[in-house]
Amino acid sequence: MVALTRRKLNHYTAAPLLMISINLVLFLLFFVWPAVIGLNYSFTSYTGVGTAPYVGLANYQRLVDDPAFYASLLRTLIYTGSVVPLTFVASLGTAYLLVSPYTKGKSVARVIFFLPWLISPIIAGVIWRWIFGENFGLVNFVITELGGKALPWQSNANLSLLVVIIAATWTNTAFNMLLFIAALKNVPTAYYEAADLDGAGSWQKFRRITLPAIAPTSFIVVLLSTLHTMKEYGLIVAVNAGGPGTENNLIVQYIYNTGFKRAQIGYASAASFVLLLILMVIAVVQLLAGRRKGS
Amino acid sequence: MAVATKPPALRRPNAGKVGDVPRKLGASTIMWLLAVVYGFPGLWFLLSSFKPAGDLFSYPLTMFPKHWTVSGYTQAWTQFDVARYFLNTLMVATAATALTIVASAAAGYALAMYRNWWLKIFAVCILATTMLPAETILAPLFVVVRDLGLYNSLSGVVVPAVITATGTFMFRQFFVTVPNDLLEAARIDGASELKTFLRIMLPLARPIILTLAIFSFQWRWNDYLWPLIILNDPKQFTLQIGVASIVGAQNVNWSVLLGASVLSMLPLIAIYLVFQKYVMNADLNAGLKD
Repeated sequence: MVALTRRKLNHYTAAPLLMISINLVLFLLFFVWPAVIGLNYSFTSYTGVGTAPYVGLANYQRLVDDPAFYASLLRTLIYTGSVVPLTFVASLGTAYLLVSPYTKGKSVARVIFFLPWLISPIIAGVIWRWIFGENFGLVNFVITELGGKALPWQSNANLSLLVVIIAATWTNTAFNMLLFIAALKNVPTAYYEAADLDGAGSWQKFRRITLPAIAPTSFIVVLLSTLHTMKEYGLIVAVNAGGPGTENNLIVQYIYNTGFKRAQIGYASAASFVLLLILMVIAVVQLLAGRRKGS
Repeated sequence: MAVATKPPALRRPNAGKVGDVPRKLGASTIMWLLAVVYGFPGLWFLLSSFKPAGDLFSYPLTMFPKHWTVSGYTQAWTQFDVARYFLNTLMVATAATALTIVASAAAGYALAMYRNWWLKIFAVCILATTMLPAETILAPLFVVVRDLGLYNSLSGVVVPAVITATGTFMFRQFFVTVPNDLLEAARIDGASELKTFLRIMLPLARPIILTLAIFSFQWRWNDYLWPLIILNDPKQFTLQIGVASIVGAQNVNWSVLLGASVLSMLPLIAIYLVFQKYVMNADLNAGLKD
């Protein structure tokens, strides 16, 4: 029956083609075309105007020898490695509390947890920059009131990155929390009832029932957060412009600076392809890990 | 909403027993401490925006302004072109959202209802766009948009942003659940494919349309990097570029910055509060985001 209907549906060509036409044209124009010419530019010293002299692998060789590129890559990995676990714990924790039968005032708390989703990376950066201001911020004020010494949140590279990590966790929690809430609501009640009969504690139930049941969602949260965090830009710009100096320039900022501030389109294209390659490796590794766990 | 539609976990038999009081207290306390942690930064920012410029940096800091003032807001509105940036951002977000819905609904419908081999390839291509975000092809994408004559125009910001895997698959997931009989019936009645889609199927997808509208509006309202690259003329700037330009100044004018930042958030917060249920109940297990 199903097979029959499917065969029948197969007769149509014009209608589905028309329906996908907008997305198809946009895909060809803004993904395929740039990807092709981008790969092409990465072998040239194109500056955005005039001709694009072919330079072979020179851009990639330069990239391998460029300490600024490594520095930004390392900073990006540290940043991602901190933000993704923190976001995971925060969004699962808040989601768990919001579906728990033991908490009161869920509807208000949910709005509070969700509001940061509405705030743009730029504004979120500004909010946290305001709180962590070196000479005027609330945090340093509290520290000095408690008898401590004001910390250099802006001029110390590690502290500055910490502020960005906090800000990113704060903004990224909401969306992932929604994903977790949907997943937690779908865990069959019977499992918990059976565990209750066996006298399982709540931590045991969480580890043995909840976590395995929401594994597919956890996987998606980790994958999407990683890809999202790897290409952070606006937040960093607003918190400290990638400073002090260029110490916290992440990879996208590096690409933006070389490509658009210094007009080295060819070189920036090469750096972009390295980023693309890294993102693909991350996605494939996570997909494989997820599949192994699932089987 | 979580309270109204009781999640399965809530229906456990032992919930509500007398022995649960300490657990209720403990869990609620943790949740509310977290809520304070999450809510405080925004509240502090909002309250600060009502402080006079002189009080912003004078220690000891106070939670509430000693003298309430809106001078930061009026200053932002007059000195800094907030009104123009608002209008630009509104045009970008509205146009992009409308186009996104049309493109995603049509493509999602095709992916759900037809079984052509090239549609499967197309589905993979659309999924691949999440893997190939604009950031990884920034420079060549810029060259393409410039060569199309869209540099320094708001349409240059809108058009490349219209295609989204999230939107397309949200509609696909929805239309897959629509019974085939409906489509068959329309065909027997002699309705054309396009007419069936527009008159019968699209009205059914109203909740998806609203959900995607809110998501898309938020994405485009908050976009920063792409508009920054495409827009060169300050007359065309969007709010995010405008605010970032205050942050990037040598001496940050915090009074104006606080006012402008709060103003820039208002539309999204208003939309969210009105259409809350379409965001919170969104079926997000398509699991994609832009």
